[in-house]
Amino acid sequence: MTDPVWPMLLGRFTWDSLPFVRAWHNPTTNELIAAAAGGIVVVSGIAVLVLITVLRRWRWLWTEWLTSLDHKKIGILYIVIALVMLARALVEANLMRLQQAVAVGNPGFVAPEHFAELFSTHGSIMIFFMAMPFLTGLINYLVPLQIGARDVAFPVLNAISLWLTAAGAALMMASLVIGRFSTGGWSGYPPFTEIGFNPGVGPDYWIWAVTLGSLASTMTGINIAVTIYKMRCPGMKLMRMPLFTWTSLCTAILMIFAMPPLTVATALLALDRYLGFHFFTNALGGNMMHYANLFWMFGHPEVYIVILPAFGIYSEVVSTFSSKELYGYKSLVIATMAIAVLSFTVWLHHFFTMGQSASINAAFGIATMAIGVPTGVKIYNWIWTMFRGEVRFTTPMIYALAFMMTFVLGGLTGIILAFPPLDYIVHNTLFLVAHFHNMLIPGTLYGLLAAYTFWFPKVFGYRLDERWGRISCLCWIVGFYLAFMPLYVLGASGMARRTQAVMETAYRPWLYMAEAGALILLCAFAALIVQLWVSIRRRGANDVFVGDPWDGRALEWSVSAPPPEFNFARLPHVDQAHWFYDAKRKYAPYAPPIAYHDIWMLRNSAVAPVIGIASGAATFGLVWHMWWLAIFGLIVIFAAVVARSFVRDTHRVIPASEVARIDESWREATARAQPVPREIETSPANQGLALVRS
Amino acid sequence: MSASETKHAGLNLGGTDAKTHAEAEHAIFGFWIFLMSDAVIFALLFATYGVMLPATAGGPTPTSVFKIGPTFAETLLLLTSSLTYGMASVAMKHGSPLGGIHRWLAVTLLLGLIFLAFEWHDFSDMFAQGAYPTRSGFLSAFFGLVPLHGLHVIAGIVWILVMMVQLRVFGLDARVKINLLRLGLFWHFLDIVWIAIFSTVYLPGLLP
Amino acid sequence: MASLAALLLLLGGCGALDLGVMNHAGPVAADQWRLYKIVAVVLIFVAGPVLLLVPLIAYHYRLDNKDDAYRPNWGFSWSLEALIWLPPIAIVAGLGVLLCDATHQLDPYRALPSKQPPLEVQVVALDWKWLFIYPDDGIATVNQLAVPVGRPVHLSLTSGTVMQSLLIPQLAGQIYAMAGMRTQLNFAADRPGVYRGLNTQFNGAGFQHQKFSVVAMPDREYRHWLTLRAADGQPFDDNVLKSLMQKSVAQRPLFFSKVPPGLFEHMMMANMQKEEAIR
Repeated sequence: MTDPVWPMLLGRFTWDSLPFVRAWHNPTTNELIAAAAGGIVVVSGIAVLVLITVLRRWRWLWTEWLTSLDHKKIGILYIVIALVMLARALVEANLMRLQQAVAVGNPGFVAPEHFAELFSTHGSIMIFFMAMPFLTGLINYLVPLQIGARDVAFPVLNAISLWLTAAGAALMMASLVIGRFSTGGWSGYPPFTEIGFNPGVGPDYWIWAVTLGSLASTMTGINIAVTIYKMRCPGMKLMRMPLFTWTSLCTAILMIFAMPPLTVATALLALDRYLGFHFFTNALGGNMMHYANLFWMFGHPEVYIVILPAFGIYSEVVSTFSSKELYGYKSLVIATMAIAVLSFTVWLHHFFTMGQSASINAAFGIATMAIGVPTGVKIYNWIWTMFRGEVRFTTPMIYALAFMMTFVLGGLTGIILAFPPLDYIVHNTLFLVAHFHNMLIPGTLYGLLAAYTFWFPKVFGYRLDERWGRISCLCWIVGFYLAFMPLYVLGASGMARRTQAVMETAYRPWLYMAEAGALILLCAFAALIVQLWVSIRRRGANDVFVGDPWDGRALEWSVSAPPPEFNFARLPHVDQAHWFYDAKRKYAPYAPPIAYHDIWMLRNSAVAPVIGIASGAATFGLVWHMWWLAIFGLIVIFAAVVARSFVRDTHRVIPASEVARIDESWREATARAQPVPREIETSPANQGLALVRS
Repeated sequence: MSASETKHAGLNLGGTDAKTHAEAEHAIFGFWIFLMSDAVIFALLFATYGVMLPATAGGPTPTSVFKIGPTFAETLLLLTSSLTYGMASVAMKHGSPLGGIHRWLAVTLLLGLIFLAFEWHDFSDMFAQGAYPTRSGFLSAFFGLVPLHGLHVIAGIVWILVMMVQLRVFGLDARVKINLLRLGLFWHFLDIVWIAIFSTVYLPGLLP
Repeated sequence: MASLAALLLLLGGCGALDLGVMNHAGPVAADQWRLYKIVAVVLIFVAGPVLLLVPLIAYHYRLDNKDDAYRPNWGFSWSLEALIWLPPIAIVAGLGVLLCDATHQLDPYRALPSKQPPLEVQVVALDWKWLFIYPDDGIATVNQLAVPVGRPVHLSLTSGTVMQSLLIPQLAGQIYAMAGMRTQLNFAADRPGVYRGLNTQFNGAGFQHQKFSVVAMPDREYRHWLTLRAADGQPFDDNVLKSLMQKSVAQRPLFFSKVPPGLFEHMMMANMQKEEAIR
C-alpha cells in the first residue's frame, strides 16, 4: 500500500473494511452476524442478477420498468424499495431486542459498536427508506388517478426522485458489505458525528444516504403539489378532491418546506467533516445546538409528512368499508391543513432538556398539545363516518380500527411528553421510544399496509388473499402491543434508549416481553410475504379486471384494474365530490365515450437511471474519499441533465384506434361481469363490479 | 383554458404566443415552488449566520474583513445583469430576431462573470488576512452562505451558455421559451438573495 | 405456566418501576410524579370516549345488522361538530394553564426553596464516566455523587466531550451537558439511600456502563464522608486530568483531593483552548 496509486483509487478502503475479512480474523458471534448480513446482501444481489439473466428479462426490465416515466410504475418501484428495506430494518429491530433480552448483566452477543450501527440503520431506514418511499409510491400511483390526470406534472423529475431514493437505499445496503454505518442514531447528533469523535466512514454513509433521500423528497413535494394544483380534470375543484389527495397535497407542501432544513443540516455537517468547518464542533465557535434546531425543524414536520397520507388512507378506507359518505369532509380538510401549519411550530419539544428558559419550553409545550386537537378531531370524523353505515371488517378496515384505538394511546403519552417537567423524566428513555413507535406504527405503518391491501387489486388486477391478510394484520397488532407497551414501563423506570447491555435485573421480564412482541412483528411480515405468494398463485380466481372491487368512491375505481397506461381513455368531467360513487347509483358510469382521440404520452428516458447510478457512485466516492469517483459521478449527472434538455423527441402517440381497442375490451368485460353485493366482496364471486342499490 | 385566464407571476407569454403560454403554466408554477424551497435553504443559512456572528473565536471579525467598495460594485453588477436579462426576456416575448436575444444574454453572462471575478477576489483577500472557513464559527457560517450564492451564479451562467447553444440549435421553440422564462426567474432570484446578503451580511458587518 | 409467567412479570415489573420516578425520593421527583398522575387522569377523559366508541359503533353498524338506519349520504352536523372540536380545545386550554405553571415551578434552573444554602456541585460529562467536583471542599469524585439529605443541591454541568444527558430518575429530571456551555439542575433528596444516575444520550461504546450512584446521607455522615475523601483521595493533578479525558469506563467510584480551583471552567473551555493552541 506504499504505492500512491492505490490510496488514490481506493480512498479509505482497506481489507478490514469488509465484514468477511473481519469475521475471518476474529470469528466472534458479533462479527459473524455482520458477515452474514453482508453475505445476504451480496448473495441476494447476485441471485437477482442471475435470475433476470436466466429468465432473459433484462430488456423487459429496462424498457418496461427502469426507464419508464409512467407514474404508476414509478409508484410500484417505490413500494418495492420500501418493502425490501422494511424487511431489513425489522430484522435489525429483532436483533436489538434479542440482544437486550439476553444481555441482562452480561455483554450479550452483539458488540456495543455493532449495536449502535443497528439502531442507527433501523431508524434511518424506517423513516427515510421505508415510510417515505412507501407513501411516496402510493401518492405517485394514486394522486393522478384520483384527480383525473394522465400523469404527474413533471414525469422526468419524478423518475429522478425515484432513482435518487434508490441510490440512497443502495448506500444503506452498501454499508452492510463495505465499511460500517454511523453509530450516531437516525438523528446523527454532532459533535458525536463530527470527525474528531467519529473519523470513520459511518457518519458519511449516513450523511449522503439521508441527503439523497432528502433531495428526492423535496423534488417529489414540488412535483405532487404542482400536479394537484394544476392537473385536475375539469370540474375537480379543490373541495371535491378525495381526502387522500388532500393529505397528499399537505404532505407535499410539508416536504417542500421541511426537507430543506434537513439538507442544510446534513450539508453543514458534511462541510465540518470534509473541509474542517466549525458549524457544530466543540471548538472555535461551533455549536451543536444549531444542528438540533435545524434537524428538528425538519424532524417534526417529517412526522406529519409520514402520518398525513395515512390519515388520507384511513379516510378512504373507513368511508368505503362503511358504504358511507365521509363525515365532516370540510372539517377533515381544515384539520389536515391546521396540522400541517402547526407542525412547524413545535420542533423545540425534541430538546426541552437543552437548558432554555421555562417560558420557551412552556410555549412549545402548549403548541405541541394544540396540535393534538385537530388530530383528535380526525379520529371522531372517522367514528361518525361509521355511524349509520354498513361496516365490513375487511383487512384494511381492521387496520383502521386498530389504528384509531392504538393511536389514541400514543396521543396520550404524547401529551405527557409535551409537558416539559414530565419530559425531563422520560426524555431519551424507552418511554420516548415507545411513544414514537406508538404513533408511527399505527399511524403510518398500519395505514400503509391498509393501503397496500385496499389498492392492490387496482394496481395488479386481483385481490390479495383475505385470510393471510387478517393473520398478518393480527400479528402486527398483537406484536405491537407486546413489543412496545413494556417499553413504556421500562422508560418510566429510567432505562435509557440505545442501551446495548442492561445491569438492572428488574428489567428482564419486560425485555423478554418486548422481544416476544418483536418476534411476532417479524411473523407479521412473513405472513405478508405468504399472503403475496398465495395471492399470486390464485390470481385467476381473484381477478377484478373491471376495477371496482370495494364499491369505491374516487375516480381511480372508475377505470380498469390495472389501469391502462393513459389512465383515462377520455379525461373525466366531474360535477361533485365522490362523483364515481354517485354515478354508479344515478346514471351509467361505464358508458363508452362518444369519440376516442389520440393520446400523447412521454417516451421512456434513461436519464433518471443514469442520474441515479451516477449519484450513488458519486456519494459512495465521497464516503470513501475516492475523489475521482465523486467527480466522475457529478460530471455524469451534469451531462445527463444538459443532454436531456437537448432531447426534443420526447413524446409518442397512442392512436385513437388503439385507445378504442383497449377501452372497448374493458367495457365488454364490464358488461359481462356479475355485480357483486358487499356481503361476498371477499369471495371469488367479486369480479370488480359493484352491485348498487339506487 | 384561454390565455387570459392562466396567468403566473412574472413575465407571461400570453399576448404573443398563446400556445406556449398555456404549456408554460405548470412549468413556471413548479419553478416558483422550487425557488421557494431554495429560498428556505438560504433563509436557514442566513439564520445560521445570524446566530454564529458572535462566534469569532478570537479570529477575524466582520469589520476587519469586509470591504464596502467591491461588494457595492458586485451589487451594481448583479442588478445590472438582472436588467439585461429582463431585456432578453422582452426580446424573446416579442419574437425579436435571435441576434437580439443572444446579445442580451451575452451581456448578462459577461456581467455574471465579472461578478464572480470580484467575488473570487474578495474571498482570496479574506484568505490572505487569515479569514478562512476553518478559523471560526463565524467564518464557517459566512463561507457556508455567500459562496453558495456564488455557486448558484455559476449554475446560472452555465445555464445561460446552454440556452445560447439551444437558441442556435432549435431557435425559439416552446421548450426554449419556457426554459428562458425559468432561467429568468432563477437569475432574478439570485439578485434578491444577493441583496439580502449585501444588506444583512456586509452592511451590518461594516458598521462600527 | 401462564399464571407463573404473569406472577414473574408482576414481581419483576414492580421491581423495575421502583427504579423510576414512581419511587421518588426528593421534592422535585415527587412533584413530577404528582403532575404525572394529574395529567394521566385528565387524559382518561380524552381517550376514554374513543376507546369506547370505536368498537361500539363499528360493531353496532356492521353490515349484518340490518335493524338500524343506514344513511349513506349523511355527512355533517353542526352540533356534532361542536362536540368534537370544543371539548378538546377546552381540555388543551386547561392543560395549557397547568403546563405553563408546572414548567415554571419545575424549571430545572429554579433554586429549591430552603433555609440552607444549596450544595454546589459541578459536573463534567466525560467518555464514559461522570466527574463530580465539590468546589467548596476541594474534592472530586468519579461516578459517585454524595449529598446530604434535606439540603438542596445545585448542579452545574458541562461536557468535556460530546453532548450527554444526566438523569437521576428518583430525584430529578434530566438536563443536557454540552461542551463549552453550562447547564444547571436543582434537586434534593429527602430520605437517605443510594439512587441510580445515568447518562441517557448515546455517546459511544461505553455508554451502557456510564452509570453513577447518588448517595444521600444524613448531614453528619456527609461531613464525615467529606473529610474521608479529603484524606484518602488521590491528589488531582495533570496526570489525573489526562487519564480522565481518555475514553474509558470507571469500574468503581474514584475519589480525588486537592482539586485546583477553576477546574470546571477550565474543562468547559478545554476544547476551545486546545484547538487555539494548535493554530
